[in-house]
Amino acid sequence: MQLFPQFTRQMTRAGLVCSLSLCIASCSSAPTIASSKTIPEAVGANIGTAMPELLVQRISWGINTSSAMQVRGLGAPRYLQQQLQLAPMTNVPDMPQAVRDQIAAMTISQKSMMEIAAELEQMRQATERKDASDDARKNYQQELNRLDREAQSRAILRALYSPQQLQEQLSWFWFNHFNVFQGKANIRAMLGDYEEQAIRPHVLGHFRDLLLATAHHPAMLRYLDNEQNAVNHPNENYAREIMELHSMGVDGGYTQRDVQELARILTGVGFNFKREGPPRLGKYQDQYVRSGAFEFNPRRHDYGDKVFLGHTITGRGLSELDEAITLLSRHPATAHYVSKKLALFFVGDTPSPALIDAMTATFLRTDGDIKAVLSTLFAAPEFVASLGHQFKDPQHYVFSALRLAYDDRPILNTQPVINWLNRLGQPRFGHLTPDGYPLVSTAWDSPAQMTTRFEIARAIGNGSAGLFRTDNGVDLPGFPKLSNELYFTYLQSMLGPNTLKSLDQAGSPQEWNTLLLACPEMMVR
Amino acid sequence: MDRRLFLQALTAGTLPVVSTSLFAAPTFQPRFLFVFLRGGYDAASLLVPMQSSFYGEVRPNIGLNRNRSDAASVIRLNNDWGLHPALRDNIYPLYGKGQALFIPFSGTEDLSRSHFETQDSIELGQPLQGHRDMSSGFLNRLAGVLNRDSNNFPAMSFTDQLPLIMQGSMQIANAAVKNVGKPGIDARQSQLIASMYQGQHLSKQVDEGFATRDQVQEQLTQMQADEKTKDGTDGNRNAISTRGFAVEARRIGRLMQQQYAIGFVDVGGWDTHVNQGNASGNLATRFKELGDGLAAFAGEMGNAWGNTVVVVVSEFGRTFRENGNRGTDHGHGTVYWVLGGAIHGGRIVGEQVAVEQHTLLQNRDFPVLNEYRSTLGGLFARMYGLNGAQLDYVFAGVKGRDLGII
Repeated sequence: MQLFPQFTRQMTRAGLVCSLSLCIASCSSAPTIASSKTIPEAVGANIGTAMPELLVQRISWGINTSSAMQVRGLGAPRYLQQQLQLAPMTNVPDMPQAVRDQIAAMTISQKSMMEIAAELEQMRQATERKDASDDARKNYQQELNRLDREAQSRAILRALYSPQQLQEQLSWFWFNHFNVFQGKANIRAMLGDYEEQAIRPHVLGHFRDLLLATAHHPAMLRYLDNEQNAVNHPNENYAREIMELHSMGVDGGYTQRDVQELARILTGVGFNFKREGPPRLGKYQDQYVRSGAFEFNPRRHDYGDKVFLGHTITGRGLSELDEAITLLSRHPATAHYVSKKLALFFVGDTPSPALIDAMTATFLRTDGDIKAVLSTLFAAPEFVASLGHQFKDPQHYVFSALRLAYDDRPILNTQPVINWLNRLGQPRFGHLTPDGYPLVSTAWDSPAQMTTRFEIARAIGNGSAGLFRTDNGVDLPGFPKLSNELYFTYLQSMLGPNTLKSLDQAGSPQEWNTLLLACPEMMVR
Repeated sequence: MDRRLFLQALTAGTLPVVSTSLFAAPTFQPRFLFVFLRGGYDAASLLVPMQSSFYGEVRPNIGLNRNRSDAASVIRLNNDWGLHPALRDNIYPLYGKGQALFIPFSGTEDLSRSHFETQDSIELGQPLQGHRDMSSGFLNRLAGVLNRDSNNFPAMSFTDQLPLIMQGSMQIANAAVKNVGKPGIDARQSQLIASMYQGQHLSKQVDEGFATRDQVQEQLTQMQADEKTKDGTDGNRNAISTRGFAVEARRIGRLMQQQYAIGFVDVGGWDTHVNQGNASGNLATRFKELGDGLAAFAGEMGNAWGNTVVVVVSEFGRTFRENGNRGTDHGHGTVYWVLGGAIHGGRIVGEQVAVEQHTLLQNRDFPVLNEYRSTLGGLFARMYGLNGAQLDYVFAGVKGRDLGII
């Protein structure tokens, strides 16, 4: 898609010296390759002063008045560094108190996964009694669904209201990369913890830590059946997906033999929600590992030596997994595969091989430092040139509309948002298979997707849409204030003549809102 | 089937190509529905090798009983093959009428055993070696060939998003028909929105989306009304269960009977690594739901069933041995199904070998003896009378093999 012609007009009007093409030309040196310590000064400088709002559109879930003020105040470089947390946070407020209160009131905020699991186990046992009532089964399922909804709500609220927008996008990105599905068994009870403990602490850290954390989490071990994987009873599901989807990529050069060997390394890696001491394991006793719910059971482990990716891994217990994960996380195929996915997410459908190679080099040099890899990406002229051209996936579409509409008034009910994401085919935690949602635009720009988006534009544009319905059923009024200061200082200038013409024909404020949210400029970031 | 019926459609008239969905398909026209079972279903549970003692040895928990003739046992199709009992009341009757056949040892040369890689490569339908156009699916190319000079073969993907197989130079419509609600955007608003997209690259999708939305709405409203007049109830006309996929399949049937000549739908949930069950259990439930749906689809097609071909595929088969968890892992060769009112069915077709340990690929999987592009190419050539150049556009470098399906 062409950059909006109005963009140039806006810059002219604003009397900016630096035109888009000049800006790109002046920044067209090779992508910065330096250690993460030296990166902060360079990152973001290439954005220049011309397009800070477009930068926000890309690295956030959508521009709103507060993020526009923030980037205008700080300038693009400093804003970007703050988002990467390479600079100390200044003048950045926390989420609104009302949002923090909503999250703090959730069970997943108040209880650990172990506590939640213990309570659920009691409920489950009640369903297995001979005289178990239908109510017992219903209660158990309802509680699982409630916990799932809490995790979805928390993720939605953070996406809408956290000032740390890059981290929020990355939390989605890495969850999607290490996808687990809410519909399998009781994973609904583990989603909150998986996101909080296995994903979020590492989104800007080292890639190896993500691989390790997910490999130790019950949600992943259940989702990909590794809890079932034992010596003489192999299950290669997780082993295959680690290599194919989490690290090396399908063309990464591993073999069926490597899959089987990694499956052997993974034998005995599981979890246990019971609060009991270690089982009696005789000569294996000191091999047993327990940490929270994670459990390594040496009796289930294959102690033979393995040959994995050409390396002999001596059979000795859980530390084999550390060794395998280190091999995987430092493999050039992993660096390339992960870099390419990040580029697809942050640049668009066709990142150049040169950009991916530069990111791969940074990945290998920094031992998978995600911050450094992203810095290479953000410093590339290609990134700057791509701003404003990327088609939004359903989540970006819904979140950006809501951020625009309700920046200053936190929503009280996320259920309508959950429903919209369902209708658009991208429910949070709702992707069945471990590949996660696709990142390319062709996966999302179908005819039915577009008409569904227009229906949702109408739902949001028309009024409160149930977003202010309280827990006790009171539906408070609400109306999206889209014709606001941000519209007149920025958005309007981005709209093409066809869009402006249709907006002029709106018969009501509701219809005007609907048309604005349905316009082609709203579909890109 | 009378090949003339298929061919008539090709010369039926010339309308300018505007959109694939603006014109209804004439009733004599061939219909093609492609059903993709995502996840790699366990083909050795669908079509059971009757003579293989090895089968019993390596499937102690998930193997089906082949020696009895009760409701929980394999249905004998011929000396070599038997059918899963979950298909007794839906697919087996079609097989008996010569309206269903199976092609064992089917699949692709892609040996990655990756769901996603293999699904993509099948949907692309391009040679595995060399450059691949990652945005050109083979059903899109088929629609392109058939609609080159006319618009007699409207295509539709019955999915939320447009899958790779339907992506490409033609704009194909899509609509998931599981849940269809009344649109809130009215005609005037639709017009205002469409005009915002004029000249934008999304305009084709937007126009197609509005057109499809209205057509689907109209057809399904009519379908509901028809059912009410027929039996005074709101749906559930057939004896067959209309749960799950069957509801969707009947709607697809109605839309393809009335409107669309080429259809696609996918069905998930076949990746049975753990506790897949045997005559009952997870996999049996999936088979039953699928079989019921396909039978309901056939019923809904009415007279058009005689011009219809349905092909059911999956990205790969699974390991012939059960794994440590009463499930199966990713394998290679699978079984394709072909259904249709006038196919030469009631047979097991294609290259076959006896299923024993030494005939397995890498001592674990069914081999692929019937490469899918060759099978489908041969089928399309017969169905639509494609010439060599047209077939080459759909499946580059492939000489279709005629398995005598129609």
